[in-house]
Amino acid sequence: MSDLESFRVDTREWLATNCPESMRTPYQTESDHCWGGRNAEFSSSDQRLWLERMAERGWTVPTWPAEYGGGGLDREHAKVLAEEMSRIHARPPLESFGISMLGPALLKFGSEALKQQHLPKIARGEIRWAQGYSEPNAGSDLASLQTRADDKDDHFIINGSKIWTSYGDKGDWMFCLVRTDPEARKHEGISFVLFDMTTPGVSTKPIRLISGKSPFTETFFDNVRVEKDQVIGELNIGWTVAKYLLTHEREMIGGSGVTAAGSESLARIAVSKLGTENGTLANTMLRTDIARFEIDEACLGLTIERARDEVKAGVSLGAASSMFKYYGTELNMSRYELLCAIHGGEGLDWNGGENRDGKLPKTWLRTKGNSIEGGTSEIQLNIVAKRILGLPG
Amino acid sequence: MALVLNEEQLMLQDAAHDFLTSRAPVSHLRELRDSGNSDGFSRELWREIVEMGWAAILVPEEHGGLGYGYAGIGIVLQQSGRTLTPSPLLSSAMIGVAALNRAASQDQCESILPNVATGKQLIALAVDESTQHRPDVCNTQASKTSDGFKLSGSKVNVLDGHVADTLIVSASTGDGAELSLFLVPSNASGIQIEHVALLDTHHAANIRFDDVKLDQSALLGKPESGSGDLDYILDVARIGQSSELLGIAEEAFERTVEYLKERKQFGVPIGSFQGLQHRAAVMFGEIEMCKSAVLNALAALDSASENLAEIASMTKAKLAETTHNVAAEAVQMHGGIGMTDEFDIGFFLKRCRILETIYGDRYFQLDRFAEIRGY
Repeated sequence: MSDLESFRVDTREWLATNCPESMRTPYQTESDHCWGGRNAEFSSSDQRLWLERMAERGWTVPTWPAEYGGGGLDREHAKVLAEEMSRIHARPPLESFGISMLGPALLKFGSEALKQQHLPKIARGEIRWAQGYSEPNAGSDLASLQTRADDKDDHFIINGSKIWTSYGDKGDWMFCLVRTDPEARKHEGISFVLFDMTTPGVSTKPIRLISGKSPFTETFFDNVRVEKDQVIGELNIGWTVAKYLLTHEREMIGGSGVTAAGSESLARIAVSKLGTENGTLANTMLRTDIARFEIDEACLGLTIERARDEVKAGVSLGAASSMFKYYGTELNMSRYELLCAIHGGEGLDWNGGENRDGKLPKTWLRTKGNSIEGGTSEIQLNIVAKRILGLPG
Repeated sequence: MALVLNEEQLMLQDAAHDFLTSRAPVSHLRELRDSGNSDGFSRELWREIVEMGWAAILVPEEHGGLGYGYAGIGIVLQQSGRTLTPSPLLSSAMIGVAALNRAASQDQCESILPNVATGKQLIALAVDESTQHRPDVCNTQASKTSDGFKLSGSKVNVLDGHVADTLIVSASTGDGAELSLFLVPSNASGIQIEHVALLDTHHAANIRFDDVKLDQSALLGKPESGSGDLDYILDVARIGQSSELLGIAEEAFERTVEYLKERKQFGVPIGSFQGLQHRAAVMFGEIEMCKSAVLNALAALDSASENLAEIASMTKAKLAETTHNVAAEAVQMHGGIGMTDEFDIGFFLKRCRILETIYGDRYFQLDRFAEIRGY
């Protein structure tokens, strides 16, 4: 038996024993997603157990080096693990911006001391990270950000504010873009710093969205002290780190176009809600749109797989993350449009009703932000047009 | 199975690209049309293609072929989509050979495949009987006789049916829904072949069969169990078409992006306008999805995937829609010159129209995909 096959057998056996039954069921509520952090609220003891068992093996971050709390798996082994988890519909044990965004940037640009300090805590879900990127006057034009860090010899003092901080009120630490050289050109005076959000002078204010929920905050900095050893990479090269992290953020968001493990397919939901006539979905017009959606979804999944194969073969597409971000968000938004159509009047309930307290309409409204956050669809198309196609202007 | 080409496949791709762009660029198609060539392809070019070994790619080694697999023929078809090269590669070397590999007896393989590998014999698939692709609706009858069958009925839109030596014909032999497939020599008595030039300068045939006498040995596969074989053959056809459609989309798109950089209006290249940039960027993404779909479909054929039908319909649906949109956008973005016969870009839209329609358009494929997925 090859090494990969025996790894599959061992993994299947381990998962069968260690993945609690309730962690193999579709998500019911928002709190079924495990984000970790100092103030982590576990929706069940199984959720906590599943996180602890997976973190113990480094499998919350299977491809990170074992010395930083990862599983040390190469791509083939990590793929087997993902396939085996998907086979039993296992939920991811931990989802966080530390895993999907900061981690990759730290691994590439961070000093050894910073990696040792932060990565294992991300892997174990002990620290929850928030992202300090956008500002009220720096959205699509992110590099025009104005939050400043003044050099006080052994530390920086930060003043300014950020907006659209995802779960800013729940974050323990923040990775943040600040202007360290106000005289330099806009892309060249930015640094990437890390600090504890309990530091005096940090405050947050929730932003209420059209969905009625407040997953984002405004975040204010009033003379916040940041240690100088908490700069990733060198001073004033923060834009390079920021762009690298954005490619990971965009790939992560792009992946949302593919139905998450543990979610029911659109077609299955449609059949259960609308029924069939002569073996086909009772609404033939909707059936066509669902089929087109499922085909696009499958093609996106194949293309994500192909991009990984190409990276391995050394022929990767540079700005492809922008394409994935655009395509994935468009698909996720289509998914919720179709879900609303499938549910009809049932999808209109805001409070009470059968539809779990307006979960569907609230999530549908939330998806309207998918093509705005992490760089708007228009910005992604600009990047593809200029960097990949080489169009002028 | 990785979704990238290996070194050998990359070499085949380069060889196909070099040969086709030098020997059969789009101007070759134009010359055939303008000279009124009645075959719809050049016999001389076909001999050269055979020398390249491409007619033998799918033929097993024991029958004089290369046994190289579907990924190989797909790579060549993709390149011939870029140059819009007319040839019987799809009809004979891919669909015809796949049909024999799937269903033919040892005797049938031995008598036909070596000649197909050397390009001497051409095969065409005769399945549709009306303007819509409905392979399960078959009025062509093969009634049993003392020493074989008597075939009567008609078929339309038979790609390369006007030049084929052997026709693969679907027919009913009994009252049941199950079809049978027959290998019919095109020169048999009782066959009338009406030659049709299609809108893209390729040619097809409408064929009538009037009491055509067939030996027992004409049966391809088992009697009244041909529906499964026909499904498989059509799935091969759809994936072959998808490979060619991918080449068409890539070439039409690349030509258009170049044009956007060159063409100036208001003193600047029109490619600097965001209204055009965003449409080009969206098309880029769609074509990337298509590349993955085609690689996956060819791999599904080579690995004899159980999900072939679903994958084939998914791939053809995606490629038909994307390539059509790209080819139509290509004409639009070229502006007035795109509408002229003198300019080549319109040829891509015409070829796409043929490939997307025959063996099931996007609506047929969407319906079949949904049915297979159980809704």
